[in-house]
Amino acid sequence: MDLLSLFPEWVLVHGPAAIVVLPLMVGALIALSPSEKLSWATTWFVTGLSGLMSLGLLLQVISHGPIAYAMGGWKPPLGIAYSVDGLNAPILLLISVIAFVCTVYALPSVIAEVEPEKRSPFYAAFLLSFAGLMGMVVTADAFNVCVFLEVSSISTYALVAMGSSRDRRALPSSFNYLIMGSIGATFFVIGIGFLYMQTGTLNMMDMARVLQDIGPGDRVVQLAFAFIVIGLGLKLAMFPLHTWLPTAYAYAPSFFTAFLAATATKAALYLLLRFTFTVFDPSWHFISNALMVIIAGLGILGMLAASLQAIFQSDIRRVLAFSSVAQVGYILLGIGMATTLGLTAGYLHILNHAIMKGALFLAVGAFWYRFGITKVSDMRGLGTTMPWTMAGFTVAGLSLIGVPGTVGFVSKLALAQAAAENGWWWAIGVIVLSSVLAIVYVGRMIEQAYFQPVPKINDKYIKRNEAPLTMLIPLWTLALASVAFGIDSHWPTSLAQGAAQVLGDGPILLVRETMPAIPAIPSTGGH
Amino acid sequence: MLDFLTSFSPAFILIAAGVLAAFIPASNISSPVRKALLIGAPALALVLINTTFFSQNQSTYLGGTMSFAGIELTTLRIDNLSIIWGYIFCFAGILNGIFGLHEKCKITDTSALIYTGAGIGAVFAGDLITLFIFWELLALSSVFIVWRGGPKSYPAGMRYLAMHILSGVLLLAGLVIYGRATGSYAFNNIGLDAPGGWLMLLAFGIKAGFPLLHNWIQDAYPRSSVTGTVILSVFTTKLAIYALARGVAGTEMLIYIGGIMAVFPVFFAVLENDLRKVLAYSLNNQLGFMVAGVGVGSTLALNGVAAHVVIDILFKGLLFMSMGAVLHRVGTTKASELGGLFRSMPYTAVFCMIGAAAISAVPFFGGFVSKSMIIAAVFEDGQFIVFAMLLFASAGVLEHSGIKVPYFAFFAHDSGKRVREAPWNMLVAMGIAAFFCIYLAIPGPFGGMQYLYNMLPSEVAGEAKFIPYSADHVVFQMQLIMAAVFAFALLKRVGLYPPERRAQILDFDWTYRRLGLALVKWISAIWSRLGAFVTYMLKKFFGMIGRRIYQVFSPAGTFSQDAPSGIAAVLISGMLAAVLLVVYFF
Repeated sequence: MDLLSLFPEWVLVHGPAAIVVLPLMVGALIALSPSEKLSWATTWFVTGLSGLMSLGLLLQVISHGPIAYAMGGWKPPLGIAYSVDGLNAPILLLISVIAFVCTVYALPSVIAEVEPEKRSPFYAAFLLSFAGLMGMVVTADAFNVCVFLEVSSISTYALVAMGSSRDRRALPSSFNYLIMGSIGATFFVIGIGFLYMQTGTLNMMDMARVLQDIGPGDRVVQLAFAFIVIGLGLKLAMFPLHTWLPTAYAYAPSFFTAFLAATATKAALYLLLRFTFTVFDPSWHFISNALMVIIAGLGILGMLAASLQAIFQSDIRRVLAFSSVAQVGYILLGIGMATTLGLTAGYLHILNHAIMKGALFLAVGAFWYRFGITKVSDMRGLGTTMPWTMAGFTVAGLSLIGVPGTVGFVSKLALAQAAAENGWWWAIGVIVLSSVLAIVYVGRMIEQAYFQPVPKINDKYIKRNEAPLTMLIPLWTLALASVAFGIDSHWPTSLAQGAAQVLGDGPILLVRETMPAIPAIPSTGGH
Repeated sequence: MLDFLTSFSPAFILIAAGVLAAFIPASNISSPVRKALLIGAPALALVLINTTFFSQNQSTYLGGTMSFAGIELTTLRIDNLSIIWGYIFCFAGILNGIFGLHEKCKITDTSALIYTGAGIGAVFAGDLITLFIFWELLALSSVFIVWRGGPKSYPAGMRYLAMHILSGVLLLAGLVIYGRATGSYAFNNIGLDAPGGWLMLLAFGIKAGFPLLHNWIQDAYPRSSVTGTVILSVFTTKLAIYALARGVAGTEMLIYIGGIMAVFPVFFAVLENDLRKVLAYSLNNQLGFMVAGVGVGSTLALNGVAAHVVIDILFKGLLFMSMGAVLHRVGTTKASELGGLFRSMPYTAVFCMIGAAAISAVPFFGGFVSKSMIIAAVFEDGQFIVFAMLLFASAGVLEHSGIKVPYFAFFAHDSGKRVREAPWNMLVAMGIAAFFCIYLAIPGPFGGMQYLYNMLPSEVAGEAKFIPYSADHVVFQMQLIMAAVFAFALLKRVGLYPPERRAQILDFDWTYRRLGLALVKWISAIWSRLGAFVTYMLKKFFGMIGRRIYQVFSPAGTFSQDAPSGIAAVLISGMLAAVLLVVYFF
């Protein structure tokens, strides 16, 4: 491939490590940086570079198959292995591109929202969070996942708390998130611990191989699965474990909310897919039951309950936050079907939802930046006072509803087709109902902006005050992407199909000949 | 040229003339052109019908076939039955044209031409679909004539239109059912046993003015303009008689319907003050004779019906024309405001009396040779009750149309009104009609009775031979007339005859114009109240659901409250337990 030949050799070889190590190291460095501009430029550069490297890795995966990387030259299963395949390469690209696009936006936004002495640490924490998410996704080592989960989570708590200079409610929400997130991480670690106890390995591929020998009847393995599902469920805001999410999204700095909404839950969703389908075996009885009852069932509940909750919210960001919970429900529904079409649809919605929700939160940040708007009722006349920002918001909002010609339509259609193929006709009804609810909560905001008069101050209409270009460009990049991929959905769909392929292949093929086999520890759990 | 003109129904010539007339401006210079069309087009149609039929030797001429939606239509069928209606319709069209010469009304002229064309087209229709198309066109074109009667005629026109559209819809429904069941849309004897037969009978019945379906006649006809009423009185009802004779002849039920139809308008006509409305009732009454004749269905009866249609169009047209002339000159036809007009309108008075004599079936006047044929047929059929009813109706006709109309208009007490004689064109039209009323009833070498009888669908010979001028028939009829005249004179003398009063007579149409309207108003009032109540209940119900949802999901709701971390942790444990349950035990 032509594009691939542009990348230097080292990117393709050491890329998997570089995309994690680079932001991690630079993040530590810029915490000491004296100039916020320098910090910003460095962050921008690092995220951009990560994005490029992720693109190179994705192209490499597409043309040459999965990439395995042994950290520090230590061969797995003793050393830590990183691997990039069709399942995580698109997520890596997504996270780094969103991070890059949001960083552009951060320049004005952070100046407005964060106190001066905290700005360099802010960028540092952001890079750590970014590195943590990338690490979660790229690593093939189960314990390494826990580590990066904590890296990203702890920096996220700090970043949410930094919203306190804008709204003091950021502090309790951050604390709440810390407690919940820690419980989730702990559950996840406990699950990994149980798995380690039974398999004696932490490398995911090795674990999968040993688990195949142990079989589905093992109680400890089942317990481990339960802990991992709940731990990740907290992180990905699976209804009803989502209670940390609305307040965290509502009070974090605007720029970070956009990044968080677009990526954090997506990384956790990736891990759910990775563990459920390639470490455990989806053909096992208890896994398929849990997928159908817990994952799909809670997904459906979330789609309806969170959409209803979104309708009644008065704070724009809380509306969008509850909408995120509902959208996670769509993805879980697709995953819960456990068919190729269902997984494709769910994975596609991971990508598409990141694009549109990122755009929406960027626009909301711009509303606050210019007018201090946080409430739906304050959006009156925004179509006149901030036409370009509001137009971008509207495009992304229509995509959220699922209007044809946008990415939201593509993934909802794919989901409905998957449900039909699976015979889940009631699920199509729920998708339609939830979309109707989305019309209500998005339409409420659009109605305020375009059909309500511009507010007056001292008997004068508020003048037009458009967001700065550094905000508009990232916003419109994502808004246009949501239309472009909505009209020609070939590329994201093929990525999603590739991911579904990896998931459909199950755990067996991941066992590589390159890895020395470790004899399985005989099961001690009760059968 | 002639081949071309005879290759389609002459109806299209009249309709084309009507459309053309609509584009001729209503100025003094150009209106003679339109009037020429108005008289010329029916005359041309009359010639064409004659040449088309007699240029070939079969008893039925079929032509004007065209394909419509995969169904072969026969738009021109001339046979012994339809040609009589064709002749008299064309002739009536010419008379109407002459009668309306003085009037400069584009709408009336255009509608009259299309209306006449639709009537002729329907009569010559060889299949039910063609019949339906002209049936509807007849209604649509004639309602404009009704509306020419001024602002008061508008609601009447709407009621008229509603009745006739209903009739058309019934016909359509009937013919679709019939066509589906039998696979043929030919318009021949259908009978009530055929699928859709009842629907079609009802459709014909509305147009024929069956009892309780008749009110549109008395409602709409008297409200139209001077010429409008004359035009209207010819086509619609007589077409319905044709459709009955063609489609359901011999249906016994029709004999009784006809009897009732002939009798009940008598009472209304005697009471009614507006003389044009009296004539509308008597129209209904004459139709009753025809319907009874169709019901008998024998050769003699159908001949009688055909003859009576011809004669009825002539004398009823003549009576309406004379009342039209009165209306034109005096401005009213209310019996209470007329009287003594013979002084100022002597010719009109004479023509009116000729018409009255014809409708009363006085020997040597039109009705005598046609109506008596129907009565004889009913007698032959053994329907003595209906025979008695028809006799009573004949006497009644004499009371209201034969004596009342001319008496109150031209004689009685002098109203003191001195007006000019009717315009020449009206006199000419009335003169022609009056001439034929007498001529067609006179036997022998100098009279035209044999022409009328020769024209009838079945030869009046053999067992169906009918000789009106037998001694006992003439004597019988004269006794009837004398008795009726005596009764009128006696009642008038002792003051028992209903005086001419301005009053509203309640007919069956009260049920839908007043009672029906009140019922509809009541229902709509109750409906709107019910609607408001249902809306209120629905609002309450959905409001309750909305409140419940709000209480659960709103920012202040139970679902959205910020749970303390401890409770969240308990929730997480609960979820873990749920997952474990599924994983372990499912």
